[in-house]
Amino acid sequence: MAKQRAFDVTTLPGFTFIAILSFVLLYAPIATLVIYSFNGGNSVNQWGGFSLQWYVVAFNNEAVQDAAARSLIIAVWASVISTVLATMAALGTTRRGKFKGQTVIYIILNQPLMVPEIVTAVALLIFFSSVKVVTGYTGLGYLILAHSAFCIPFAYLPIKARLEGMDTAMETAAADLYATPWQTFRYVTLPLLLPGVIAGAMLAFIISLDNVIITEFVKSAGQDTLPTYMLGQLRRALTPEVNAISTALLALTVLILIVFVFVTKKRE
Amino acid sequence: MHGLNNNIAVDARNIGKIYGTGNEAVIALGDVSISIEKGEFFTLLGPSGCGKTTLLRCIAGFETPTSGSIHLSGTDITYTPPNERPVNTVFQSYALFPHLTVAQNVGFGLKMLGKPAADIAKSVARVLALVKLEDFADRLPAQLSGGQQQRVALARALAPEPEVLLLDEPLSALDLKLRKEMQSELKRLQTETGITFIFVTHDQEEALTMSNRIGVMSQGALLQVGTPHEIYEHPVNRFVADFIGETNFLDGQVDNAQVRIGTGDLLDVPLGDHKGLVTLAIRPEQVSVEPQGTGIAATITETTYMGTDTHYKLSLSDGSLIVARVQSNSAGARSAGDVVGIRIDAAAVQVLKS
Repeated sequence: MAKQRAFDVTTLPGFTFIAILSFVLLYAPIATLVIYSFNGGNSVNQWGGFSLQWYVVAFNNEAVQDAAARSLIIAVWASVISTVLATMAALGTTRRGKFKGQTVIYIILNQPLMVPEIVTAVALLIFFSSVKVVTGYTGLGYLILAHSAFCIPFAYLPIKARLEGMDTAMETAAADLYATPWQTFRYVTLPLLLPGVIAGAMLAFIISLDNVIITEFVKSAGQDTLPTYMLGQLRRALTPEVNAISTALLALTVLILIVFVFVTKKRE
Repeated sequence: MHGLNNNIAVDARNIGKIYGTGNEAVIALGDVSISIEKGEFFTLLGPSGCGKTTLLRCIAGFETPTSGSIHLSGTDITYTPPNERPVNTVFQSYALFPHLTVAQNVGFGLKMLGKPAADIAKSVARVLALVKLEDFADRLPAQLSGGQQQRVALARALAPEPEVLLLDEPLSALDLKLRKEMQSELKRLQTETGITFIFVTHDQEEALTMSNRIGVMSQGALLQVGTPHEIYEHPVNRFVADFIGETNFLDGQVDNAQVRIGTGDLLDVPLGDHKGLVTLAIRPEQVSVEPQGTGIAATITETTYMGTDTHYKLSLSDGSLIVARVQSNSAGARSAGDVVGIRIDAAAVQVLKS
């Protein structure tokens, strides 16, 4: 029964050690942050007994309420806009023959993944300040536009992957059965693509929700989002309120990720 | 002018299809012309890569021919998009919509045509009954067996009552028993509905048993069109003879009104106006094995008992090989190494140009 065993990475020396070390480095800080969000004392690193007081403080803090609402509004708009654009881009790059400049299109679409974020932030700051001078508009639109732009590649990638994995025979069959190109999209492509679209939208939502750098540069006075509010708090006295806000944000993200995994798994 | 004949369902004229350009150009279809009659069960037969599926896709509208034209009941549809052609396809992979139930799949075409829901329901019920899947209307395709999925694909393509039904090797994924069942099922459906069927296959037996007419294709060209009987009994060339059933080929030379084969023996075959070097196509059942001294001398090199029939591989004195199929009960007990004589039913032999 000498069965040839396939290469198994777990048999390499040091595998267990490196794995455990990685997990500790990844999760120990987060665990500490979560634990201290329940601190009864005023310190972010000295335990003063269990309490939910910092959650109450954060929840009743008007600045936090404002920032949270703003974060959600921006994230919802940005994920909707970027997902619609990303779906169109994914269809445009997968549902046609090979074309000239295909690589250039991919690079342009994924630009936000490659250009250093600080560069984009400065560029947007300069660009939008000129626009502000001309239009006089100072609302949330700038943040929504900026977030939509850098969310596109995150929405694009899962949608494109789903489209590439889909059997185009379905669309051929729909056309054969008298469906116009629009009907084919509406009744065949879109329903089959939906898990990819949902996944893309969720990724975009999370990415928008925790963005700091671009938001910090683009926002006008009084347009703090939750992450930029927390950054501002660092300059003052740090209390476990920041831990409580972070933990709430983390919980929301984990919840979205669970739904994400559930949606992608179930359809396959 | 066959174009004026209103008995013609599909009339393809001088169809050429070239993929790529310059040095990379691949000719999928040379210059194919074919007329398929209304109500006919027509089979395009050929090995993989012969262009039969490309021709089918041109008729369906999934490919646009590089040259030539396609008429459907007299209307030029060469550049009509697939959704505007009254033609439906049964795909090799079935291509059922996985997110729709059997009933929704079958009703899809009618829904896209904007038919009222009540009419769709009625049609779906009728077609599902036709393929004996009434009890599966609410299932999803993934909950069906391969054979059942095949029937759904068929029902889906039949429901809109197309002028022409295209079938792209629909039975190739089924096991032998199911395939036999579906062959007679398809034949029955075609007779009952009266719809023109264009069936693509590489299986010559399938083609022979089901078709009214067969078009044999090779390397982008249509070699011969005819009834199964014509194709089998009178193949136009060596390729067709070889592709349709097992065939022996013997080279020979016309000698007066007869053909002298390599062994020196003369065969009184139907010569027509052939002259010079010819190839004789001889079906194994046209060769009989006799005792030594009669007919052409041969040595048995291999025997294969097939039940009713026994196959003998024989070697002639000039080294050429020939296969004989004889009824087992009349065969006696012959075995490899035996020296025998063979008789060829010369009147049934096909003479082909060498």
